[in-house]
Amino acid sequence: METIVSDSMVQNTNQVEGRAVPEKTLGEIQVDNPRMTARNVNVFYGEKQAIDNISLDIGMSQVISFIGPSGCGKSTFLRCLNRMNDTIDICKVDGEIKIDHQNIYDPAIDVVSLRARVGMVFQKPNPFPKSIFDNIAYGPRIHGLAASKVELDQIVESSLQRAGLWEEVKDRLDQPGTGLSGGQQQRLCIARAIAVSPEVILMDEPCSALDPIATAKVEELIHELREQYTIVIVTHSMQQAARISDRTAYFHLGKLVEVGDTKQVFTNPKHELTQDYITGRFG
Amino acid sequence: MLTVLVIGALYFIAGQRVALALRSNNAGKLHSLPHYHGVWAAVTSALPALFVLLTILIGKDLLFQFWARDYFPEDVMSGDTVDRAIALAKVANVINGISFGEVEPWVQAAGDAWIRWNANAIVVANFLVLSVSLVGGLLGYRRINLAFRSRNYVERILTWMLIGSSLVAILTTIGIVLSVLFESIRFFKLIPPQDFLFGLEWNPQFEGAERAGSGGGTATYGMVPMFVGTFLISAIALTVAIPIGLFSAIYLAEYATPRIRGIVKPLLEILAGVPTVVYGFFAALTVAPFVKSVGESMGLEVASESALAAGLVMGVMIIPFISSLSDDVINAVPQSLRDAAYGLGSTRSEAVRQVVLPAALPGIVAAVILAVSRAVGETMIVVMAAGLAANLSFNPLDAVTTVTSQIVTILVGDQEFESAKTLSAFALALMLISTTLALNYFALQIVKKYREQYD
Amino acid sequence: MTDRTYQRLDPQQAAERVKASINLRKRKETRFLWLGKTAVAIALGFLVLLFAGILSKGIPGLFQYYVTLDVQLDARQLDPSGQMTVESIAGGDFDGAILTSLYEALGNPEGRKAKREARRLISSGSSQRLMSYVLDNPEQLESMVSIQFAVDDDVDTFLRGLISRETPEADRRISDQLIGYIDALEAEGRISYEISDYLFFGSASRDAEMAGIRGALVGSILTLLVCIVIAFPLGVATAVYLEEMAPKNRFTEIIEININNLAAVPSVVFGIMGLAIFIVAFGMPRSIPLVGGIVLALMTLPTIIISSRAAIRAVPPSIRDAALGVGASKMQTIMHHVLPLAMPGMLTGTIIGMAQALGETAPLLMIGMVAFIVDVPAGVTDPGTVLPVQIFMWADFAERMFVQKTSAAIIVLLAFLISMNAAAILLRKKLERRW
Repeated sequence: METIVSDSMVQNTNQVEGRAVPEKTLGEIQVDNPRMTARNVNVFYGEKQAIDNISLDIGMSQVISFIGPSGCGKSTFLRCLNRMNDTIDICKVDGEIKIDHQNIYDPAIDVVSLRARVGMVFQKPNPFPKSIFDNIAYGPRIHGLAASKVELDQIVESSLQRAGLWEEVKDRLDQPGTGLSGGQQQRLCIARAIAVSPEVILMDEPCSALDPIATAKVEELIHELREQYTIVIVTHSMQQAARISDRTAYFHLGKLVEVGDTKQVFTNPKHELTQDYITGRFG
Repeated sequence: MLTVLVIGALYFIAGQRVALALRSNNAGKLHSLPHYHGVWAAVTSALPALFVLLTILIGKDLLFQFWARDYFPEDVMSGDTVDRAIALAKVANVINGISFGEVEPWVQAAGDAWIRWNANAIVVANFLVLSVSLVGGLLGYRRINLAFRSRNYVERILTWMLIGSSLVAILTTIGIVLSVLFESIRFFKLIPPQDFLFGLEWNPQFEGAERAGSGGGTATYGMVPMFVGTFLISAIALTVAIPIGLFSAIYLAEYATPRIRGIVKPLLEILAGVPTVVYGFFAALTVAPFVKSVGESMGLEVASESALAAGLVMGVMIIPFISSLSDDVINAVPQSLRDAAYGLGSTRSEAVRQVVLPAALPGIVAAVILAVSRAVGETMIVVMAAGLAANLSFNPLDAVTTVTSQIVTILVGDQEFESAKTLSAFALALMLISTTLALNYFALQIVKKYREQYD
Repeated sequence: MTDRTYQRLDPQQAAERVKASINLRKRKETRFLWLGKTAVAIALGFLVLLFAGILSKGIPGLFQYYVTLDVQLDARQLDPSGQMTVESIAGGDFDGAILTSLYEALGNPEGRKAKREARRLISSGSSQRLMSYVLDNPEQLESMVSIQFAVDDDVDTFLRGLISRETPEADRRISDQLIGYIDALEAEGRISYEISDYLFFGSASRDAEMAGIRGALVGSILTLLVCIVIAFPLGVATAVYLEEMAPKNRFTEIIEININNLAAVPSVVFGIMGLAIFIVAFGMPRSIPLVGGIVLALMTLPTIIISSRAAIRAVPPSIRDAALGVGASKMQTIMHHVLPLAMPGMLTGTIIGMAQALGETAPLLMIGMVAFIVDVPAGVTDPGTVLPVQIFMWADFAERMFVQKTSAAIIVLLAFLISMNAAAILLRKKLERRW
């Protein structure tokens, strides 16, 4: 006789709630050569606290993945890193986030230039309803990165090359970006982000809307990109995190529970919650 | 009319009582609730009777007009339609008891006959209606029994009534099309279409003189001056409304806090709610003299009823059209596009100008076309503030007239439905309808065609 | 798989260029923002201008100047036959009674010219006013009563300060002698500035001081009544049919296309159709609220249909399923469940449609509601006019007082519209359900 909810599951949920989220993050928050650092970050949506006192380093030329159950703040924290939360009125961020030792909220840094240094790829591919060329060229154009048309062409081509999309679209650069398949669109978005020569690329569940083949292609891309860019990726799939990331951070209910080398986090997690999540006790 | 309703009500009561009696006597199941049976009986009585009544009322006048012709003397019958209409009018005067002095004997005879026919008709009508309602009701009443599915019949009748009311929309369109088309065709029999469509002079006032043969001038019916006038004033209106409306929409949609939006948007809607006669009054009283004085202080020659004044005020009236529709379209652009633009480091204006607006463009274009359609069809502002002179000019400081203004001028005066002058108003109306419908069709097509863009 | 020989823009370089671009872009941003703000400001400015203009001219129009005279009501003079009926009184010499008291108040001016000037002080409708007073108060006969009479419109304009004493007499509409009389009466405190009862209770008139909107108001109400009686049931019925019962076939499509087209047709055209069909073909009389109401109803129908459809659509399908599940027929489901729930939305849409119809002028001009109607229409088949058309007609008259009265009439019209729209919004807020 099947029960829809098994006793052990109920037990586990109770245990999760009973188990305290640690006050102090376990594992190694800091790295030797951080590209970005976050200290004591709190984020509030109106009255509700979404991020509770998180401190974390983002290592240079590395891939770090944020994992954790739904709604525990991974995407919210990710969006802090390029101040995308500014676009939401009721969102309040405090704490210190630095890139290259400069506070990103420092008035001397314009949010425009910050976002040119810290790019973002979103969950659902969102190419502009423009041609493929114009999609990629948008960023360089508004920032004035290309001194001439020739340079612009070069930037577009190199971005598409690096995103592994050039061969597929080189003959139809003037066609609308929305006409591509889902996987191609996402790679287009990645190419678009690359075109402004960022130092960090943030990715918010970039493969969750893609089929397995497209996912594989994107993961391969991430693997190649890591040498030149620092990549932060939020993912729902632990397998993906295990496959592509160097470091893994586990979020739970707005707190950072544990962070460390991916191998270590997955084979020898330091905290019970991490262990439970990885072994699928909840999710 | 009243009797029909009363009889119907009586049948309702009777039917319901029978049904109730049946139910309590037989302890069995009535198919339908008693009031349905009542309604059934009432309907079978009232509906046919009302139908008969309506037919007689509408039909009798048409019939009498036809019969009255028997009284017309030879010369009237062989004359043209104008003479017949005049004859009918004279008869009408007799019927209504208005006398203008000497009345020709045949007119008097026709009038008397008409009065007789009318009296007879009323008697016949009363009789018919009464009997139909009584008989109809009886037939319905007798069918009431336990098994009678009156609810189904009643509901079906209701459904047909609903369908009937839906047909009113189609009937209205047919009415509009027919009435305008008919009279326009009659007009085009008098005036060749090319003269109308391409003629550059509009002088219908000579028409009466022409017919009287006084040689005061020939009437010309070229509609180009009016078209140009409509075009000029609409162009001025749009020059005012598009920038203000569009930028207001952009500000409200992208920059304004919800509080400001909540205050400003309703205020702009007020502009749309002000009756056009008020705008016209304001235009004639305040704006036109102002424009004239400003212009003359700059050394320009300004008419006291300039196209500029009318166009300005019309523009103000159209602002909410453009701003409201554009606001909706801009808000409909998915947030994901904006996120992508911001994520790349755009400023807000860059995101709006280069991503949001292009995405919203089809909708905005459609909104503009609809606004044009509104401007073209606008009547009161131009009647009160623009001139009546059919002046062919592209100068905004001149007085011009529009298609709508001419229609009003012609049809508000004396009308003889046989003269080209009166009929020309219908031809103008034909042009007007075609233009506005074509514009609306284009707007719809544009929205449909570009909708696939980002779905 | 990837070729590394392509150039790459060094992040440092990129950052430099981005920084260089920032100032210019910030300025563009500020300019863009200000464009938006300016546009809104201009639009609102127009609104303010419009209302300020109307109010500044219209509020004075709500008032009028009156002169108070003590009139001796002599029974023999006013009601010679002694019967006290409207017909018998018509023979009385009311003008004489008024003039007598006027001359007395002015110190009995001598000479025909002086008397003629004095007569110009008072409105020509004063005898009417005295007549109605006597009919209403027959017990006052044989006594002296104080009655307020409207001053003539030129005098009124002068008293408002719009005709200056400085202008040479030949250019003025008021003579020096008349001004003298006015000053004298003012000194006695006989001139007062009151709310114009003529405006609200008088009917159309060529004399500005007597002109009122009563006839037009009644006409508007009657016309709107006809309109709503026709348009609401038809509109609701059509909406119900289209939303609940119509199959998705060609026929239904045609109906929907028709409705959308009708919504786009200019209002004049409806008037033309009304003229050609109802007046010419059916032979209905012109200028009656019945025809006006029918034309307005046909015009408002698309609005009501569209908003009713939206209201019906907003009722969740679960309610319909529940009713059907209990065994109600389709029609019963609609009548007993869907309609009552959709009714607030339908009413809101109807009220807004009525507000639009109230302000319509062009179609009613077409069917002839322009005639100079003096009597107040008593029923929908009596000739009448509506308020916007009255405003339109008055707008042609050049006298200053007419300008003010027209603006006052506009204020009345706007007041009606604002209250109707406010009622609609209140209704919507109050009865809004959150599913």
